Amino acid sequence: MTAPQPDRAGELTFDGRTIAFRPGQTIGAALTAAGVTSWRTTRGSGEPRGLFCGIGVCYDCILTVDEHRSRRACVTPALDGQVVRSDDPNEPLPMMGAHDG
Amino acid sequence: MTSATAPRSDVVIVGAGILGAAVAYFAASAGLSVTVVERGSIASGTTSRCEGNLLVSDKEVGPELELSLYSQTLWRGELAEHAADWEFEAKGGLVVSSTDRGKRALDVLVAHQRSLGIRVDDVADSAALRQIEPYLNPAMAGGAFYPDDAQVQPVLAAHHLLRLARDRGARLLTHTAVHAIRAARGRVTGVDTAAGRIDAGAVVVCAGPWSGEVAALAGVTLPVLPRRGFVLVSEPLPPTVRHKVYSAEYVENVASSDAGLQVSSVVEGTPSGTILMGASRERVGFDTTFSPEAVGRVAGGAMELFPVLADVQIMRTYSGFRPYCPDHLPVIGEDGRMPGLWHAAGHEGAGIGLSVGTAKLLVQSLCGEPTDLSLEPFRPDRFDERPAA
Repeated sequence: MTAPQPDRAGELTFDGRTIAFRPGQTIGAALTAAGVTSWRTTRGSGEPRGLFCGIGVCYDCILTVDEHRSRRACVTPALDGQVVRSDDPNEPLPMMGAHDG
Repeated sequence: MTSATAPRSDVVIVGAGILGAAVAYFAASAGLSVTVVERGSIASGTTSRCEGNLLVSDKEVGPELELSLYSQTLWRGELAEHAADWEFEAKGGLVVSSTDRGKRALDVLVAHQRSLGIRVDDVADSAALRQIEPYLNPAMAGGAFYPDDAQVQPVLAAHHLLRLARDRGARLLTHTAVHAIRAARGRVTGVDTAAGRIDAGAVVVCAGPWSGEVAALAGVTLPVLPRRGFVLVSEPLPPTVRHKVYSAEYVENVASSDAGLQVSSVVEGTPSGTILMGASRERVGFDTTFSPEAVGRVAGGAMELFPVLADVQIMRTYSGFRPYCPDHLPVIGEDGRMPGLWHAAGHEGAGIGLSVGTAKLLVQSLCGEPTDLSLEPFRPDRFDERPAA
């Protein structure tokens, strides 16, 4: 069995919904192409956020990818079988933040 | 020579950082006509490259502490109605000691600060620390909590103080450099700028670490020098760090004059969810080169205080230049060597907090009124003095 390759087409799930992507697309591109333009809200006033700079600088498009929080959708390659979900901006960090190894 | 054609102000302020903005506000409020001349844009120097601290906890003794307490009364008193505009947060500061020996040294400092009127709560041990900051490293020995430590967003503070000054008639010229400070018969008469001459009876230098260059235009030496610091900004996070948290070594480093790289941890959250991590200090002139060593050590120190940060991404870093004087006190008031030349600079890492007290005292002096605190310790010409032979 080989690991999913970013140059292949495939499907990921976003908050339970299946999203198809083309070879070479990032998660942000796949979501946007599927009509999903917002997947985060700000902590204070709950304003919607999605792609803004699109080049990895602004961190406005972060989401959770395979249980890794705060991944930038705009620079994270879409891979077949990925489980992607919106970050909850108020979900506390785990209390023990030590490295898992 | 002055002619009737040049525009005239009672006061020309050089620099639109936090100090220039605060002086403009208090001068305009006192009824003076004010022109602020800024070579870049508002808050484009040190003011936009700091953390916006209003601290009493890192002041050990003496005139800077008095100025700090005085400034606190202004932020929380006559300026309190604008607190929301500049994100004033009375968040409190937690000083953390990693060793029992450090904790005992901190206890001595705390007893001294209490005697000077600073409010401090003892934080006896690790459990008490983690009641205040749940994510703090459990290996810490103890600390002290300063309820009066606060924070503002410094760029907003500068912009709004200037807005209030302009509401009171002040004029602002940005992207306008001052080429010369004019003098006649031994006193300042105005400035020459890229936009022409402005006559004024008083010129106030509020140019942060560049104040020495501006003062040199009037022929006086002002030993304000840059001390570089890096700040790391995390990705936006859920509420994780609740107060301003810093290591006990920070107070020591603030007071040091060492030229080499010093790092002591300062960690705090912001309303947008990012966490700011500092603080490095080094004397490298105006060198803006990225320093992996400084940034790495700041990150390491932050992770030692908050192990949870090990899994958090750094979104960006920035560096700035604290304006410092050799004796770690600012220069405030009229320059005895050149009447009409005034200074409000050299506050090192404390300029945001101290700005409003500095400005109010300076304007009192400018108006010939008695000042609420003595400006004698901050005299700009104090560095010329030599011990008697």
